[in-house]
Amino acid sequence: MTPKIRIRGLHKSFGDKVVLDGLDLDIEAAQSVVVIGGSGSGKSVLLKCILGLLTPEAGSIQVDGEEVVRMNGRDLERVRRKFGMLFQNSALFDSLPVWENVAFGLIQGERMERDAAKKIAIEKLAAVGLKPEVGELSPAELSGGMRKRVGLARAIATAPEIIFFDEPTTGLDPIMGDVINDLIVKCVRQLGATALSITHDMASARKIADRIAMLYQGKIIWHGPVAEIDSSGNAHVDQFIHGRAEGPIEMQVRAI
Amino acid sequence: MPILQPLGRTFLLFLQATGRIVLFTSTSVSHCVRPPIYPRLIGRQMIEIGYYSLPVVGLTAIFTGMVLALQSYTGFARFSAESAIPNVVVVSITRELGPVLAGLMVAGRVGAAMAAEIGTMRVTEQIDALDTLATNPFKYLVAPRLIAGLTMLPILVLIADIIGVFGGYVVSSYKLGFNPATYLKNTMDFVEPQDVISGLVKAGVFGFLVTLMGCYHGYNSRGGAQGVGAATTNAVVSASILILCFNYFITELFFAR
Repeated sequence: MTPKIRIRGLHKSFGDKVVLDGLDLDIEAAQSVVVIGGSGSGKSVLLKCILGLLTPEAGSIQVDGEEVVRMNGRDLERVRRKFGMLFQNSALFDSLPVWENVAFGLIQGERMERDAAKKIAIEKLAAVGLKPEVGELSPAELSGGMRKRVGLARAIATAPEIIFFDEPTTGLDPIMGDVINDLIVKCVRQLGATALSITHDMASARKIADRIAMLYQGKIIWHGPVAEIDSSGNAHVDQFIHGRAEGPIEMQVRAI
Repeated sequence: MPILQPLGRTFLLFLQATGRIVLFTSTSVSHCVRPPIYPRLIGRQMIEIGYYSLPVVGLTAIFTGMVLALQSYTGFARFSAESAIPNVVVVSITRELGPVLAGLMVAGRVGAAMAAEIGTMRVTEQIDALDTLATNPFKYLVAPRLIAGLTMLPILVLIADIIGVFGGYVVSSYKLGFNPATYLKNTMDFVEPQDVISGLVKAGVFGFLVTLMGCYHGYNSRGGAQGVGAATTNAVVSASILILCFNYFITELFFAR
């Protein structure tokens, strides 16, 4: 069976800085893969390359067996309809009320009538535990946790086949973080979607992942089921999941 | 050569920026003419650019017309050529001052706001979010603004022309002792369609330039609040310079023999 997303030899650099250096990753359909890695290790760049927001210098990305690198125009738009994404800071459109944010993909992408789209938006808001009244508010009036929920509702509104989560729990208190984790697991399961998340929050990774992959120096250095993460036998992974400053991963901190 | 090196680097950077702007412009224009078009968004931008700029453009026009009449009078009185004042006012306003001043005011008001809004959308990933929701940002953000700029500035300038001439008329007839009826008759006899039309063509071009610069600098802003600030400044400065530059060439196109 072809994997849902198949990445081979992905290279991406910005100027002299090599961010992705021959990255390989397979994501099977209806599986939830979490990519862990330190800040600045290129996790967000990976997501943006798959979505076609950034163009890698070399390598191949296939979605359902279809090459998406350098794809553009209508084809790219068609492939992007398969995706939903929850952004790190939610990236809600602050010129639109909450319900229109949630319904955006339906109204603009699928040309649905506004009334029908609003109904679905309110259902999706309910699915993430928000009341219909919230739909009339502007995104600026929401707290961080609520913004995340609205972002999640927007990501699932078009019932996408693949959902990306960019640091879903960053900036939230531990309880709200867990609420979001639960919602992610619930929504992904209900839709039967394939999920790719990036995070450095291990509690979140353990909760939402089927499989975990560790990104280090532009490559996936370890890849396995979530249950095996504690017995990976990989010193880098061990250091990361236990959050030790000492170990093979050296943070680029200059001596004062 | 330490002198030539920075010179060459600056020149290359200039060429690079020009190329990027040309590419941005061609992409934007192609999205303006291909469906889907968003009438609701175009309407909102038209109100933002046209209606809300009326007070500032109107005030600029009336004071410009007033000061034109007053200054021409102090100059022309020395040669007993006061009767030329209506002609000077109407030609200066319709050909030059109407479009240029309206363009500059709109650059400050609208161009800056656009750069700030689109720039903030860029740094908060809202533009990436548009892409992931299968909505082209050029179509959704840039095209409506360009269309609104291109169509609303000529209307604004037409109104500015009328208000500017009125300013000259008020000063001439109430302060300088002109006969109001003669003043208006001289104005209408002297002004030619080409004067007004050249001004409106300029206005359309300026409207396009202002919105293009606002969108371009906003779309390409980088690095948080500071980047958005720089984008706003660049949008206003580049739009103002382009307006003055294009103003000369359009004038040459219309009036040079």
